[in-house]
Amino acid sequence: MEFLTALLKSMPGAVGQGLIWGIMAIGVYITYRILDIADLTVDGSLATGGATCVLLALNGVNIWVATLCAILAGMLAGLITGLLHTRCGIPAILAGILTQLALYSINLRIMGWGTATGTQATLPIRVDNYALLVSSRHIRALGLNNPLLLLVLLVAAVIAILYWFFGTELGCALRATGSNPSMSRAQGINTDTTKVLGLMISNGLVALAGALLSQYQGSATIDMGRGAIVIGLAAVIIGQVLLSKIFHNFALKLLSAVIGAIIYYIVIQIVLRLGLDPNDLKLLTALVVAVFLSIPYWKGRYFTKAVRKGGNVHA
Amino acid sequence: MLEIKEIWKTFNSGTVNEKQALRGVSLTLEDGDFCTVIGGNGAGKSTMLNAVAGTWTVDEGSISIGGVDVTHLPEYKRAPYIGRVFQDPMLGTAPTMQIVENLALAARRGRPRGLRWGITAAEKEFYHQMLKNLDLGLEDRLTSKVGLLSGGQRQALTLLMASLRKPKLLLLDEHTAALDPKTAAKVLELSDRIVAENHLTTMMVTHNMRDAIAHGNRLIMMYDGKIVIDVSGEEKKKLTVHQLLELFSKVSGSDEADDKLLLS
Repeated sequence: MEFLTALLKSMPGAVGQGLIWGIMAIGVYITYRILDIADLTVDGSLATGGATCVLLALNGVNIWVATLCAILAGMLAGLITGLLHTRCGIPAILAGILTQLALYSINLRIMGWGTATGTQATLPIRVDNYALLVSSRHIRALGLNNPLLLLVLLVAAVIAILYWFFGTELGCALRATGSNPSMSRAQGINTDTTKVLGLMISNGLVALAGALLSQYQGSATIDMGRGAIVIGLAAVIIGQVLLSKIFHNFALKLLSAVIGAIIYYIVIQIVLRLGLDPNDLKLLTALVVAVFLSIPYWKGRYFTKAVRKGGNVHA
Repeated sequence: MLEIKEIWKTFNSGTVNEKQALRGVSLTLEDGDFCTVIGGNGAGKSTMLNAVAGTWTVDEGSISIGGVDVTHLPEYKRAPYIGRVFQDPMLGTAPTMQIVENLALAARRGRPRGLRWGITAAEKEFYHQMLKNLDLGLEDRLTSKVGLLSGGQRQALTLLMASLRKPKLLLLDEHTAALDPKTAAKVLELSDRIVAENHLTTMMVTHNMRDAIAHGNRLIMMYDGKIVIDVSGEEKKKLTVHQLLELFSKVSGSDEADDKLLLS
């Protein structure tokens, strides 16, 4: 009973974290599912978003403007990865790793801006002194200052904007690029441009998640994005496994990534309450993602009786 | 309409795998010409088509389409002038997108893509009618993912997409080779119809000598990176497979090539 009460008490926090990481998971969905690129920039750009937002807020910039700047910083990171990939011919996965590594130093510099040493690994910000958008302090509050309210609205806005964008000519060109690059070029689509654009949008969303996360937990830290890609993938995959049968609409598919992230954090809460050492979390996450990624392969290899016509149809 | 001047292309230059794929190919197609291209494996047929489409740039020579020099343009910038159907049915369409979405993508070939809707209601109605007229059984599956279609249906759709915005040049690269004979015949018939209706300048690569003779008003044969036979007009109409083989052994100077051509 005591266990259940404690677990229930931790639910709002899990949902809050899930919503923030859900925005990040939507970013991963865009590169991994739509563009068919595994982009590892996100481990760095998440912290870039957090660092940029907190630094600007501490210097008196309006919190909305600071969050917007964080998005732009993330898009810049995506632009670098995109240019390394398309203009320099570096494989996408390696281009992402290079940017991510470079961002580690850059993030230290951002957080150390104006200090004596010039670098810093944590940048705290107190909700008492600054008007932050979201804070875990109010996660159980019964009022408009409860962060869940704003997070739900933000998630809805992100999904609405992306739903619109991927229905436009440009958005369709981006989807076509991920679906079939040679066909896209034959239809006059500059696939280099669409890839760069996709990486920018994705990392902009990841940086938004980073900005929200740093406000929520009250600090930006250098390692806040470590393993972010795996958490994002976990959310995308959990959402897909559980909801792909009922969610066919594009907006709902994005929503399923968010729901996947929420479920992920609820499960984390449960296993932590059951006594799992927090240090083993990343091992557990990696295992879960590895297993779920293997399922389609195993299914195709060992459990298919006859060759189905039409090849693979999962979108 | 198409002017190819002395193009050369060598792959893997300077290595043991060096291959001179095109060795000074020149070809001029007039407006409305339908030229079939035959030749054995490695003769340079597909390489010539890819050179025109811009998959890579040629080492030497120049290519112009409708008076525009495209020699140094990347593939996507040549797309406004060119409609293409590939040998592999998987290559011509986006499998995770709907039939109408694929058509809408093709309808915007060569136009800047902005933030207008990717597909309009009027367009959907137009595609519905168009597919109905073609009688492929696709008109009721407008929102199906293209990945669910058969190879023949995909090639038919790719043909439609290639001709939706009337191209200056239509490139068909063995587009029936991966299909069963019955479907191949259907797709060829559709190709003929689309070419005739739109008065398209066309180049069609094929392995099948009969098809090469039966279709189009001009026939070229390639061998070892060069055009070795070029027949057109009345002469082409009277051509037989037997004559073509004789011509070929005369030009290439060997008889064994006959088997190679026939078997391939």
